[in-house]
Amino acid sequence: MILLVFILFFAFIGFGFDYFYLQNLTSPSYIEIKKPFIPYGTIIALIIAALLTINAFINGINMIVEATGARTPNETNLKEIQLLNVVGEMSLAAGIPMPKVYIVPDRDLNAFATGFSPQKAYVFVTEGLLNELNREELQAVVAHEISHIRFYDIRLMTLIVTLMNTIAMISDFIARSSRRTSYSSSRSRKSSGGEAILFFIWVILLILSPIVSRILAMAISRQREYLADAGAAELTRNPKALISALEKIRQAVSPTRSMKDSVAYLCITDPRGSYIEEKTGFWAELFATHPPMEKRILALKLMAYEKAN
Amino acid sequence: MIVFGIIVGVIILWLILTFNSLISLRNMVKNAFAQIDVQLKRRHDLIPNLVNAVKGAMKFEQETLQKIMEARAKAINAFQAGNIKEGFANENILTQALGRLFALREAYPELKSNQQVSQLMEELTTTENKISFARQFYNDITTKYNTKIQLFPNNLIASMLGFKEFDLFELPKESPEKEAPKVDLSLQS
Repeated sequence: MILLVFILFFAFIGFGFDYFYLQNLTSPSYIEIKKPFIPYGTIIALIIAALLTINAFINGINMIVEATGARTPNETNLKEIQLLNVVGEMSLAAGIPMPKVYIVPDRDLNAFATGFSPQKAYVFVTEGLLNELNREELQAVVAHEISHIRFYDIRLMTLIVTLMNTIAMISDFIARSSRRTSYSSSRSRKSSGGEAILFFIWVILLILSPIVSRILAMAISRQREYLADAGAAELTRNPKALISALEKIRQAVSPTRSMKDSVAYLCITDPRGSYIEEKTGFWAELFATHPPMEKRILALKLMAYEKAN
Repeated sequence: MIVFGIIVGVIILWLILTFNSLISLRNMVKNAFAQIDVQLKRRHDLIPNLVNAVKGAMKFEQETLQKIMEARAKAINAFQAGNIKEGFANENILTQALGRLFALREAYPELKSNQQVSQLMEELTTTENKISFARQFYNDITTKYNTKIQLFPNNLIASMLGFKEFDLFELPKESPEKEAPKVDLSLQS
């Protein structure tokens, strides 16, 4: 639903870009163009953004491994064997191949998943998480990450990041080029009243576009978090373990410095450790990647309650 | 004539799509079953090692250990003889006996601190979990498959094309083994 709004928003910005802006640049004459309207500019911007994002994903794994200093689990450490076993259990429960496991040497409690398909996915867990959680809680957190993988959230967030980047590129392009050419002079074409209103709306949306696209993307991200929580409960049949894991993670709310913003969508909790996370209410939630812990725990408690009855 | 052609075309297309989706679903069911099998074999391999490792320390639990070895032998024999039903019945007994062993372990601090036993226990714990999660997934995917071949209009062609329903796993509800084991803590001193 929100995704649809996002795509419509994207289309409006893109078509507006081509219709109002590029067309005026390329044909500043008063002749009305009759040929079928093809949004070249948007398509080109989309292709560039898609290539950039796909490239980030293909080379991204090595970059993430390097940036976080992640290592593969040590097969002589009991706790790390346990992690491997738990990931194996959860991928069996989800019916997907076992993802590759990495351990991030960070004392903060966090975990995230990435990869382009369930066949080639990666799960990252911090050392802090390994040390603080017991087996059941670890299983619940891994189940949350596996759910992100099996629901194709990774791919969805790739798509959204691509759209966000395209919008950013278009508005950036306009901002830069309109400094050189006076904007109003290129808009000398006679236009009908309806078109003028549309143009006005488009300019306003364009100015707001970085904020709007971020709000929409965050809304999608939060929705997927609830879904992954529910998916974790479905896999483990044990919502209580995830509740206690989330309680522990919440208490240790401090920034996970080794994780960048770009993977924030796929973490178990926001790595920025922002205080936004803890506030409920419309405005506070608007820019958060994750719903407030309180709400997530409440939703899980409801699940546990329903299961008990 | 054209209308008739379109109808036949649609029916053929539907047949192909249904057949293909049923085939891929059935292969998933078979694969899920194979996964359970893999984990059961792993369990059979691990049990003798664990029993040997804890035999010395758990002098007072010889009966439990005996039961575990017996159920294991029976399960292996039943599977080899091709008696699937009896095999799974013995696997269920084995699951319960192992659960008892895990609970009893808490009463033996020397076992808890033993690195080798801890690793074996972790291996067996994950194998037990994998068995139950593999069964869970098998039941989920089999329910999906069974529902699909029972629904109209798929039911008209499913049996003709040789798609049969698969059984789900059911765990025995009432069993004396399920009671929480009584542990005599005085053994610790």
